[in-house]
Formats: sequence, C-alpha cells, structure tokens
Amino acid sequence: MTATTALDIEKIRLQFPVLHQQVNGKPLIYFDNAATNQKPKQVIDAVVNYYQGYNANIHRGIHTLAEKATKAFETTRHSMQKFVNAKHVEEIIFTRGVTESINLVASTYGRTFLKESDEVIVSGLEHHSNIVPWQMVCEEKKAKLKVIPITEVGEIDMSAYRKLLNAKTKIVAINHASNSLGTINPIKEIIKLAHEVGAVVLIDGAQAAAHLEIDVQDFDCDFYCISSHKMYGPTGAGILYGKKNLLEKMPPYMGGGEMIKDVTFEKTTYNDLPYKFEAGTPNIADVIALNEAVNFINTISKEQIAEYESELLTYATEKLSAIPAVKLIGTAKEKVAVQSFIIEGIHPFDIGQMLDARGIAVRTGHHCTQPLMDRLGVEGTVRASFSVYNTKAEIDELAEGVKRIVNFLKP
Amino acid sequence: MTINEIQDEIINEFSLLDGDMEMTVFYIMELGQKLAVMNEVDKTENNLVKGCQSKVWLAAKLDDGKVFFDGDSNTAITKGLVSLLIRVFSGQKPEAILNSDLYFMHKIRMERFIGTQRSNGFAAMIKQMKLYALAFQTQLTKA
Repeated sequence: MTATTALDIEKIRLQFPVLHQQVNGKPLIYFDNAATNQKPKQVIDAVVNYYQGYNANIHRGIHTLAEKATKAFETTRHSMQKFVNAKHVEEIIFTRGVTESINLVASTYGRTFLKESDEVIVSGLEHHSNIVPWQMVCEEKKAKLKVIPITEVGEIDMSAYRKLLNAKTKIVAINHASNSLGTINPIKEIIKLAHEVGAVVLIDGAQAAAHLEIDVQDFDCDFYCISSHKMYGPTGAGILYGKKNLLEKMPPYMGGGEMIKDVTFEKTTYNDLPYKFEAGTPNIADVIALNEAVNFINTISKEQIAEYESELLTYATEKLSAIPAVKLIGTAKEKVAVQSFIIEGIHPFDIGQMLDARGIAVRTGHHCTQPLMDRLGVEGTVRASFSVYNTKAEIDELAEGVKRIVNFLKP
Repeated sequence: MTINEIQDEIINEFSLLDGDMEMTVFYIMELGQKLAVMNEVDKTENNLVKGCQSKVWLAAKLDDGKVFFDGDSNTAITKGLVSLLIRVFSGQKPEAILNSDLYFMHKIRMERFIGTQRSNGFAAMIKQMKLYALAFQTQLTKA
C-alpha cells in the first residue's frame, strides 16, 4: 500500500536513526508518538554540536563560547515566536515542557488573581497535568474547579460550557488536542466565550504543536504551552507563551540567578521579561536543538504533515474498525492522528505486550487521563498515535497483530 | 516432582520456543487459560497481591502438610505468569517453598516480557507465596 502523499516518506524516515532497528526480531514500528515522537538527526546533532563545540553558560559570559551559546539559545526563542506567531519575542518563556508551563501559570497568575469562590474551568478531556495544578491552586485559594462534560464521541459539550461560564469564572484551561482520543477542540470559540466573561484562557498545546497550525494572536489565547519532545525536539524543554501584559503582572515563579536585576539582602528587583521567569541555568543544549525541530517541521511544512497524518489516521481507523471485536474509543469529527481502541474481554496490557512482541510500540493504560477513562467507562485503552515517518504498511502490520490477538483470545 | 524438577521442565518447554517473542507470549497466555478456575468468592480485596500493576489474586490452603495455591489475574499474560508460579509451588511442603531458589525465570529470560513495571509485581507474587508458606510452616510447627 503506497501513500498518496506528495511527501517522500522513505526519505523522511532516513532522517530518524532510531527507526532503523529490530525489536524482538521484527522491524520497529513506532506508534507511541503522542507520548513522545522520535528525533531527526539534525536535532540529535545540534545537542552533540553544542556540547562538543560551544558549551558555555548563557547571558552572563562575555567570552566567545558564551556569546555563541547565548546567540543559539535566543535564536530558538525567535523561532518559537514565529512558530506560534507571538507578537513579542519576550512572550516566549522557556520551561521544561507543558507540565511546568501550566504549573508556572497556576502558581503565579492563579495564586495572585484567584479569590475565594472564583471558578476555574477545565474539560473532561484533560491530561492530569492540566487538572492537578488547578486543583492545587483552587484548594489553596478556596476557588472552585468546574469541569466541562464531554460527549459520547469524545467532544467537548459546548452548550454545557456556555452554561458553566459566569462572572466568577477567572481561568479556563483546555487542551488544543486530546492526548487520549485525539479530539481537536474548538479553542477559538472556547477562548472567545471565556473572554466575554472576563476569564483568561490557557491552552495546553502538547498534542497540537507537531500537527496543527498555531497562531496565538489569531486564537487570542492568553497562555499557550508546548513541549519540545512532542514536536521532534529533545525532552526537558518547552515553552510558555503568555500575553505580555499578563506576564508583566505575574510575580516570578522561581527565585535565583538570571531572573534578577539587583539583589541586596533588603530588596531584590526582578529582571524583565522573559528572564523574570527563567531562574537558574536553563536547559541550554535542548533549547538550542529545539530550533532544529522547528526547522525540520518547517522544511516539510505543517500543512503537509497534517495532511499526511490525517491520511494515516483515516487508514488506521478503517483497518481497525474492520476487525469485528475492536471498539474505537474517540471518534470526534476533528482529530489529530491518534486512535484509541479496546477489545471487549481483552486487557489493554495484553494487547500492548503482544504487539510489542511483534515490534510494534503502542501505549496502553489510562494515558494520564483517569477522569476521562471513568467517563468513558473503560479502565484504559490501547492507543496508536501516528507521525510523519509512519507508513500505511506499518498500519497493516498493526491491524494484522490485533487480528492475531483476537483470533487467539477470542476464537 | 520437586520444585527444581518442575523448574527444569518449564525451562525445557520454553527452550522449544526458540526465543520467538510472539510465540512465547502466546504460550504464556495459553498456560494462563489452562489454569484451574479460581472461585469468585476467593477474589477478595485481601487476596489481591499488592504491588502488581494488573490485578492478581492469590489464595492458599494447607492440605496434608502441603500448600495448594489458587490464583487469577485480569490480564491474560499475568495470569500465565501466575500459573507458572502455581505450577512450581503448588503441592509442595512449606519448608520446600521457603528454601526454594527460583532460577527458571532467569533461564527462560522472563524479564523480556515482564518489563520493569511488571517485575516488581512478579516479585510481590513470589513474596506473597512465600509468606503463605511461612504462615503454614509456623502452624505445622505449633501443631
């Protein structure tokens, strides 16, 4: 089965060293991209080149290596500014990833502006990392956490959302795309409605960054969070985009070096944006390499990536739903390339383990979305998530593997 | 058969699979399917083995100075692994269980398919079986 895409997938695959190996005697098929996707050689090389060529601490040194490292680090800030179309470069704060970005906003904006009986809204589709930080700050400030219910197919119930919004709503935190089901949420509308009641909106973009166009000015979101490792970049790096006027009003998250202007034992004045939120030596190597991940995406173009991945998703959905025992979980109209499924009477662990025996990597379990699993009445699912280097032939292998499991356990 | 004779028998069976992962996983599940059905009444909270990622129930009784185990799991592969332990330990004297050295897991390279998350659970199962043996041995000594 060949792809109809204009992309040369074999050529793209050659850029990913990790893909060319055998697992349990079979060629690796990597379908756990929603957990983390693989890294092209240019990203890996960027990490190595930094440590081999110009490792130095940034911003403070005046020597040549420090200059070179600082320049490379700040280049990534500019490319991430373009990547999300932020108005100002200082609106890009480097963090360890989405989890830290959300915690930063909850701990600074949340703690400063939430009052007793205020309300924070999340959706039933959220990852634990977009639930727990809000629960923590709500508990501390005696605010309430409200949850937008989801429909059977895994979409946000927009009419229920409208009803939840009121003058007490101060923060709305929603993912752009769901990690468990792939649902793409109508964030523009969600943001507009929240703004009408004066709430700020944080978007968890973990599952969107590698797949969807991001334009924070067009979305008009107040915060947008991205993890590098879910967009072909290294682990341990990511960004928080925040509107400048909000970031300026927020107190620092951590104290230390880099985030200060002047320190005396009596009083410390804080540095300007973005450095106010970047205490300590950051993850220099991985931030620098993130720029190469952006280059990789831009070279192919997000549009082409999205088109090809959507073709893979359609193919996988067809192939999996043709197996009688398989029940697809999450069938929203708009989806990124994620397909969850279950087989009645067979535990997801067993399916995952058996697929691994054939060299196929999928994710099994609750995917850090226990409330969502409860809502759907399942203990967990098997999740196959696709990336630009996957092929239809690999999906055939997945379907074949699932069929063998069904035949064995449900003859 | 002694514990070691059973272990050697298992090692021999697995060697026939020739290291093929898929066949090995299917074989383990087949062993689980053959495991004697555990009474639903025995699947209590108390009989759940703590530390397992999937649910594992383990019950034991002493009969004529020998320990007999019953077990089940909500996942097919784990059930197969439980069945191997039951095969090795069931019908043995408490003392033999307590003094046993389990080498078959290493020989059949069980770590390949239990992974780091499951190996803790597997260790918990073995510990639980030895605790039963210890309790029964104490009971026997007192009597």
